[in-house]
Amino acid sequence: MTSKMQHIRNFSIVAHIDHGKSTLADRLIQSTGVVDERAFRDQLLDSMDIERERGITIKSQAISLPYKARDGKHYELNLIDTPGHVDFTYEVSRALASCEGVLLLVDASQGVEAQTLANLYLAMEQDLAIIPVINKIDLPSAEPERVREEIEVELGLDSESALLCSAKEGIGIEEVLEAIVQRIPPPEGDLDAPLAALIFDAQYDAFRGAIIHCRVIDGRLKQGDWIRQMGCGTTHRVEEVGVFRVNREPKKMLTAGDVGYIIAGIKSVRETRTGDTITLESNPRPKPLPGFREAKPVVFSSIYPIASDDYQDLADALDKYHLNDAAFSYEKDSSVALGQGFRCGFLGLLHLEVVQERLEREYDQSIIMTVPSVRFRFKLKNQNLVVIDNPAYYPDPVEIEEAFEPYIKASIIMPDRYMGTVMTLVLERRGENPRYNYPTPGRIELTVDLPLAEVVYDFYDKLKTVTQGYGSFDYELGEYRSSDLVKVDILVNGEKVDALSQIAHRDRARLRAKQACDRLKEEIPRHMFKIAIQGAIGGQIIARSTISAFRKDVTAKCYGGDITRKRKLLEKQKAGKKRMKMIGQVTVPQSAFIAVLKSEQE
Amino acid sequence: MEGGPPPSAEPAGLYVHIPFCSRKCRYCDFVSYTRTDLIPRTVKAVVKEASLYEESWGEFDTLYLGGGTPSLLTGSDLRELFSGLRRVFSFKDSSEITMEVNPGDVNPDRLGTLNSLGVNRISIGVQSFRDPLLRFLGRRHTGEAAARTLKWAREVGFEAIGADLIYGIPGQSLTDWRDDLRSIVDFRPEHLSCYQLTFESGTPLDLQRRKGKVVPLNDEETCAFFSETAEFLSKEGYEHYEISNFAAAPHCRSRHNLKYWSHVPYLGLGPAAHSFDGGRRRWNHKNLESYLKASDRGEPPVEDGESIDWEKFRLEALFFAFRTAAGMPWGHPALEPGTDNHEHYRSVLTFLELQQLVVLDESGFRPTEKGFAVADSLPGMLDRC
Repeated sequence: MTSKMQHIRNFSIVAHIDHGKSTLADRLIQSTGVVDERAFRDQLLDSMDIERERGITIKSQAISLPYKARDGKHYELNLIDTPGHVDFTYEVSRALASCEGVLLLVDASQGVEAQTLANLYLAMEQDLAIIPVINKIDLPSAEPERVREEIEVELGLDSESALLCSAKEGIGIEEVLEAIVQRIPPPEGDLDAPLAALIFDAQYDAFRGAIIHCRVIDGRLKQGDWIRQMGCGTTHRVEEVGVFRVNREPKKMLTAGDVGYIIAGIKSVRETRTGDTITLESNPRPKPLPGFREAKPVVFSSIYPIASDDYQDLADALDKYHLNDAAFSYEKDSSVALGQGFRCGFLGLLHLEVVQERLEREYDQSIIMTVPSVRFRFKLKNQNLVVIDNPAYYPDPVEIEEAFEPYIKASIIMPDRYMGTVMTLVLERRGENPRYNYPTPGRIELTVDLPLAEVVYDFYDKLKTVTQGYGSFDYELGEYRSSDLVKVDILVNGEKVDALSQIAHRDRARLRAKQACDRLKEEIPRHMFKIAIQGAIGGQIIARSTISAFRKDVTAKCYGGDITRKRKLLEKQKAGKKRMKMIGQVTVPQSAFIAVLKSEQE
Repeated sequence: MEGGPPPSAEPAGLYVHIPFCSRKCRYCDFVSYTRTDLIPRTVKAVVKEASLYEESWGEFDTLYLGGGTPSLLTGSDLRELFSGLRRVFSFKDSSEITMEVNPGDVNPDRLGTLNSLGVNRISIGVQSFRDPLLRFLGRRHTGEAAARTLKWAREVGFEAIGADLIYGIPGQSLTDWRDDLRSIVDFRPEHLSCYQLTFESGTPLDLQRRKGKVVPLNDEETCAFFSETAEFLSKEGYEHYEISNFAAAPHCRSRHNLKYWSHVPYLGLGPAAHSFDGGRRRWNHKNLESYLKASDRGEPPVEDGESIDWEKFRLEALFFAFRTAAGMPWGHPALEPGTDNHEHYRSVLTFLELQQLVVLDESGFRPTEKGFAVADSLPGMLDRC
């Protein structure tokens, strides 16, 4: 090990949502003085508005902190921030693979939560040094001693080693920094071995293209080197390497143990893969680093512009957005009801919501999204296996021999008083094989197999409601299971509204159909004829509602002086209709689609 | 499609607006003033205005004196007006010459004078035969006066008598309305206009509605009045030829009003009057003073106008079609015969036929009674999306 490596510490902070990860990160940055106070923006690492608002980190970021420790030596502390949501488990695991240790942050009043556990397991899989840190000790509701016990019992960690701090008040920060130096081992790596750099993130820069964030495991890398991404097999010439301060700081070379960036004329982040290994074209590694896999979307939804004229705008916006979010995928889709649009894939429901919000806010798009779907599998009578994430491509039911849907292994931690309501929710959502665990008195961990399709359908919101915010949720993808699936169609005056079709379990079909019918009834204005709204499986009607006709709207007089005024009213009516969609002869406002596609409400 | 409406083969209509009333009715939003002392000056201005169009407008076959209250004009006012108009314009022999008359303003003598001046059709503003409802509307005559006027008009020899009625008045029951209808048909007028009371913004009546003092009838109720009217009058042999208009026989329809609904040119004289010359529609100053001043300067008293391009023509033609029993022939340019759009219109109309809102045959489409009631929404159904 080089002396340089001895003075590097690579670490991450992992925590359940809202336990103060970003605040602690900011405090560490601030106390090491890389940023002057004036330029300091709260929660520097969460730079996206939506992240700041939701208090979650979606994209990982990194920063190198120079730190003079009590031993008098200068250290380089590389903080790699991780996405804080269950949808991004794979991204978290790659970020952790770039570290030697983590700060496991636990809220002093909330205690250990589902994601705390999930993150701990991820860190343990990577064999990382774990420093438990109890945060928010300044709060009146803080119970550091109880939380210490939870850390011991639930996490199986040495509670004595837990640090106490308040990131908000700046208490205990020095101890955290010292612990990073003392308790996290320096990186190990072979400077003379062929280059191996692990990509843990990439960001898009309008001028420089993809900025690859990586951890150099072995070897060295400098400007002018030809690099190869071993997973994609593409080669590029390095234009610049450097480390992260507040801004990028170019360096002559990155060497084993370093965390830094590579700019190599790669046009978009799509051309990089988180988890991929970078090596030198001239002296390649025989095998890539372990653990690489493609980010696979699990939730799918179609996006349509509200006004069909805006299709090209939306296409451009998605193109731009995609430059910065490789996990998001999209392809052309079209609907009779909604026109031209895109079928999009997401890592999870939260990812979907983030994309939706960013498209609306940052790219100024007015969009409609269809009911989120998962990827179903169908075994046909001719023994072919088809995979479908879009109800439009649902196979002919008579051809289907067996249907399968993806399950997840869900973990829900909550105060035990909510057990009854959560159990009801879980069973209603076709949960199977529930197991309990009582980590500490008063708290329950429920592990249950749930169909992913039920989770993408407003499960988080429901869970939050029934546990009054105290339930925490984490999941990992499981296997496909045989299931009794049907396609539910919605018909307006006998016309199928393709954009509202859903694939659902037979037991849930009637409820889904009824909700859609009721919503449409509320949102579609009365016409001069009766409108029947039906939910159907094939030819069988399973739900219906009716909008009665209005019978009179005519104005009494229309003489010479009334004509212009009257025509203007009709022109206005016509202009209003442009924002509507026609289903047969029925004019359906966009709000109706949005209402149906929005998650169910009580 | 380019351009505007196709040229009309029919002679134009002439409208004269007399913007004076001795008192404003509470529901009325027509342009009208109570300064009746300005009538002679206005009549002169109208004649002067007519002379501006001597060259550009040829022969008329209808003249309609509306208001306001034309029956406020004295014999000499009327003589001046008619002789002035006849000097400037020519009228066909068979011209329909209509004047609106307010019951109470006329007696048999006056009616005789009108007849002798060439008025061959009078339209009597009966509104109702029930005095409490007349008071509610702010009318200054009684039901009895209206009945008398109808009787006299017949006695004087008018062969074309029209009456205006209003229904849907708050406080009016369906039975009340049926009584009014029964009373009016006893006089066998050639023409009937039955208007649903509308709450025009800016009227005293609408102000009361806003304050919640007057509650308009609901959809259900107005619909009941509307269909009752059509049913009752149809049994009595009247043809429902437009939303609010009924004729005892086809030749009793208002020829003048039919021009409005078929893009036949019309010239409007007097304050606030609208004109349509086949390509443009324009309107005169609503303000009496502005109108008179323009007249003094010898300028056309036109406030503004618009040209009726193809799209406007099409939309207007459609809403006329849904408002009139004649409907629209398949060959009408608004239905773009011979194009793909035409097929689209046909399929929408076929759908509307299933809803019993129109009937289709080889010649074209016509709205049904049910279709009349929702005529405001029907043109929108034929939008090309």
